[in-house]
Parts: sequence; structure tokens; C-alpha cells
Amino acid sequence: MPDPVPVIEVAELTKRYGPPDSGLLAVDHISFQVRQGEVFGFLGPNGAGKTTTIHMLAGLSQPTAGQACMLGLDRARDLPQIKKRIGVVPEASNLYDELTAFGNLVFSMQLYGVPRGERTPRAEELLARFRLADRRDIPFGKLSRGMKRALTIAAALAHRPALLFLDEPTTGLDVISARNLRQMIAGLRQEGVTVFLTTHYLEEAERLCDRIALLVRGQIVALDTVDGLKARVQEAAAVEVTLDGGRGGTETRRMVGEDVACGVRAALAEAEREGRRVLAVNTVRPTLEDAFVQLTGLSADVMRAEKGGKGG
Amino acid sequence: MLSDDLRGMWYIMLKDLRAYYLKPPNVSWGILFPFAFVLAFVIRDPGNLEGLVPGLLALTLLFGTSSMEAIVITFERRIGALERLLLAPLRLPALLAGKLLGGMVFGLVTTLVVLIVALAVFGASGVNWPLLIPGLILSAAAFSALGVLVSVSVKEVFEAQTLANAFRFPMMFLGGVFVPVASLPLGLQIVARALPLTYAVEVLRAAVEGGWSVSTSLDLIILAGFAAVLFGLSVRVLARRVA
Repeated sequence: MPDPVPVIEVAELTKRYGPPDSGLLAVDHISFQVRQGEVFGFLGPNGAGKTTTIHMLAGLSQPTAGQACMLGLDRARDLPQIKKRIGVVPEASNLYDELTAFGNLVFSMQLYGVPRGERTPRAEELLARFRLADRRDIPFGKLSRGMKRALTIAAALAHRPALLFLDEPTTGLDVISARNLRQMIAGLRQEGVTVFLTTHYLEEAERLCDRIALLVRGQIVALDTVDGLKARVQEAAAVEVTLDGGRGGTETRRMVGEDVACGVRAALAEAEREGRRVLAVNTVRPTLEDAFVQLTGLSADVMRAEKGGKGG
Repeated sequence: MLSDDLRGMWYIMLKDLRAYYLKPPNVSWGILFPFAFVLAFVIRDPGNLEGLVPGLLALTLLFGTSSMEAIVITFERRIGALERLLLAPLRLPALLAGKLLGGMVFGLVTTLVVLIVALAVFGASGVNWPLLIPGLILSAAAFSALGVLVSVSVKEVFEAQTLANAFRFPMMFLGGVFVPVASLPLGLQIVARALPLTYAVEVLRAAVEGGWSVSTSLDLIILAGFAAVLFGLSVRVLARRVA
């Protein structure tokens, strides 16, 4: 079966800040395709170039080099037409504090030329869908953080874009709000909206994305489905070792090695060095986190430490 | 594309008026501030009340258009809301024109209130309306464009206020509002000729006193020129900042 039509096609996209020889290379000649109707994840630590890539694609900043086509249109030539058909949710919820939830949605539709007769029903529909119907006339500034996030996504969807960019959608949200939001994002797939999602939450990417690009220091180091990424480390083995933590406690460590024996040897060596007893050794299936660690050479702690921080 | 630009301009203007301008403190402050200044001069020289009307109109326009205008864009950039407008399908000049129109409309509305009071007190018989209306509109455009330029040139709201006042207060004293430009020392007269308020006061004075001359027409052209140049600079500055 041929690949579905790409909604985004990027070739050698590059962004450099500052002079060519000494400036910061934020995005380094990346190339990828996003297929119609998929949730495509851009996963990487802060400063990896995730937000910079969205900014270039959405027209907020100019690429230093490279090409991008979206929805069959050339970004360099047809940006105004592209803007009409995309929605962007930035990392910070940025609607107008003074306008109500309803007023913000209507303003978004006015900007994008949604016909007058469609605005009110569409705004009501979005408020209901994002569980904000009872907050219709509340100013945006008085909504909770989770509600602000939901309304910001609703506003980006108001003109029915074919492609939605979501930049770190759940950063800084409480567990319940984040879960609700993930359900809403998953629901977009059913509507055929293509979603380009940046995140540094491994579990979020695993749960939501059809395919994931791992971005490190402006470069894509791997791009595949979640299963595909895991399969790359399948031959390696993940071993969970439970160590005596002293005072009756235990500690479980995860080691990924070329094979089970290698993982066990490493675990035993560590235990001996620390003078601790090994209580149990189990082999486990590699997770996306294992794949991330293996493929990027970064520690998963890098991503965990950034929860609540700013995306890159 | 043009229809997208025009639609965007219109709705940005309406949104700005609703979200920022038409709040009771702004409206009252926009009107009271110039009145307070004029009152201070009237207390000193009560005989010249009528002669201060053109200056009062020009001052109301200057503060009405530029006070909020100078901080709106800076504020929106700070909270990320400007990004929404930059992502919308309209060109940068249209986005800034929407902002400019918001300031103009607010300035004209507050000035209208002052004008009605002035006409009620002094009568409207000698007013040259065909000169007054374009005079008010072009002055509002020039002052609002000044506010836009200030707003796109700074990063913080307090910087915008400081920069706006650095322009407005010297203008207030050199622009012919309280003291005729001709009575200023030559050096200050040259400075006054570089200020849009000077031309606004001249046009509004001619309109209120019922006159119209070649130099008044030239004043209108110069005000239009100020508006165009300041607006063009604003577009360039913002384009560079968001590149």
C-alpha cells in the first residue's frame, strides 16, 4: 500500500541564530515527512530545536536554509494560504485575558474568516467538547491553567485546520488536566486532523504518537513508529535488578545492554561495587524510554528533570 | 489576500477597543488628563480660555491615541498574544494597521467628547468643518503611528511608557499648545517643526477659528507624511524583531 500523502514535507531545514561561523545552530538540516491523519511526535530535551522547528513551519521565523511544504503548498511561496489551514498551540496559553472563553473563540474565527453564521455554533460546539460550556462567559484570565490550555487548543481548532501544531501541550498541567487533554488530542485523530506534537514527556509521546522523531541538538537521531523505535533496542535486553536498599527497603534499577548476560553482569558489578545484595533479576521488554536512552545517548533523567520547564 | 488583510485589520481594531481601550479608567483618564493640564494654564491666565481649545483638542488626541497604543503591542508580545496575530492569515502591515486604527478610534472618541464640551461653551458658528474633520483624523493617524512605533521598539511595558513620555512631554510644551511656536527661540522653533503636534495644533487652530490657507493644507500633508513614515518604520522594526 502506498504511503498516504504527506501533510508536511521538510528537507534540510536549518535555523541558525547569529553569524554563520559562530552562531547557534538551533535546527541542523533536518528532513522528515508527516502523513495525513497521523499524530507525529517531536521528542527531545530542552533546546533540541522543537519549538524552533514549529516556528519555522508556521511562519513565525524564517529558516536559514532548507525547504518545507505543507498541505501541498510551498512554505516559501504560499505561507498566507498555509496559515489559513493550520492551527498552532504555543507552549504558553496565549489567549486574551480580557475576553471571555466564547469571545476568544469568536475572535479566532473572525481572524480566519469563518463565516459569521457559523461562528456561534462552532464556538458552542468547541466549548462543549473541551468541557468549558459552563465557563462560556468567564474571562480567559480567570480560568484555571488546565482550562486555559484546553481553550487555547479549542481556539486553534476553531477554523477547522487540517494540520495542528501542539507545542508541549501538557507542560505544567496537573495529572487530571493533562489526562483530559491527552484524550482530546487522541480524539483529533478520529476527525482526520494531522497533529504535529512536540513534547519531552516520553509516556505522552508513547501514548499519543503514531510516529516519533527523536531530536537532539537540532538533529533528528531516529524517526520511527513507537514499536519501530522499541524494536531497534529489542535485540538489546533490558534487565531490571532489585537491590537491597538497606533498612528493609529495596531499589530497582533498569539496565540496557547488548544482551541479557551483559545487563546482568553490569548489574552485579554495580551491586558489588556498592556492597549491596542482589535480590532479584528480571528481563523486561524495552520501553520507549530504553529506546530513547539507547538512540540519543542521553539519560531519561534529562527529560524528567525538564518536566515543567521550557521547551526548546 | 487583500480581503484577509482588511478583515484582520477590522477585527484586530474591534478586539483592541473591547479588550483594552473602552474601559472606564482609560476613557476618563484620556479626557481628564488634557483638561487638567489646560486648567493649570487657565488658572494662570483666565483670559485666554478660548485660545487654548485647539491645543486642548490636539493634546486629547495625542494622549488618547498614543497612551494605550504605546503599550498594547509590547504587552501582547510579552504575554504571547501577539504571536496569535502573527500566525493569522494577514500581512504584517495589516496587523499593525489594525492596532493603529484602535488607537485612532479611541483618540477620536475622547476628542469628540472634548469638542462637544468646547462647542457647547464657545459655540460652533466659526468652525471650519471640512478642515476640522481631516485635521482630527490625520493628527490621530500621526499620533497613533507614533504610539505603534514606540510599542514595537521596546521590550517591556514600562520602557514603552518611558519612551512615549520622552516624545510626548517635550512635544506638549514645544508644539504650540500653550505657547505659540513663533514666540519660541529659533533653536526650539526648529525642533518644534520636527514634531507632529505642531502641525496638528496649527490645523486645529485654523479649523476652530474658521480659516484655511496654503500653509494649513501643507500642515495636513505633513501630518499624513508623519503618519506614513512612522507607520512604515513600525512595520520595518516589527518585521526585523519577529524574523
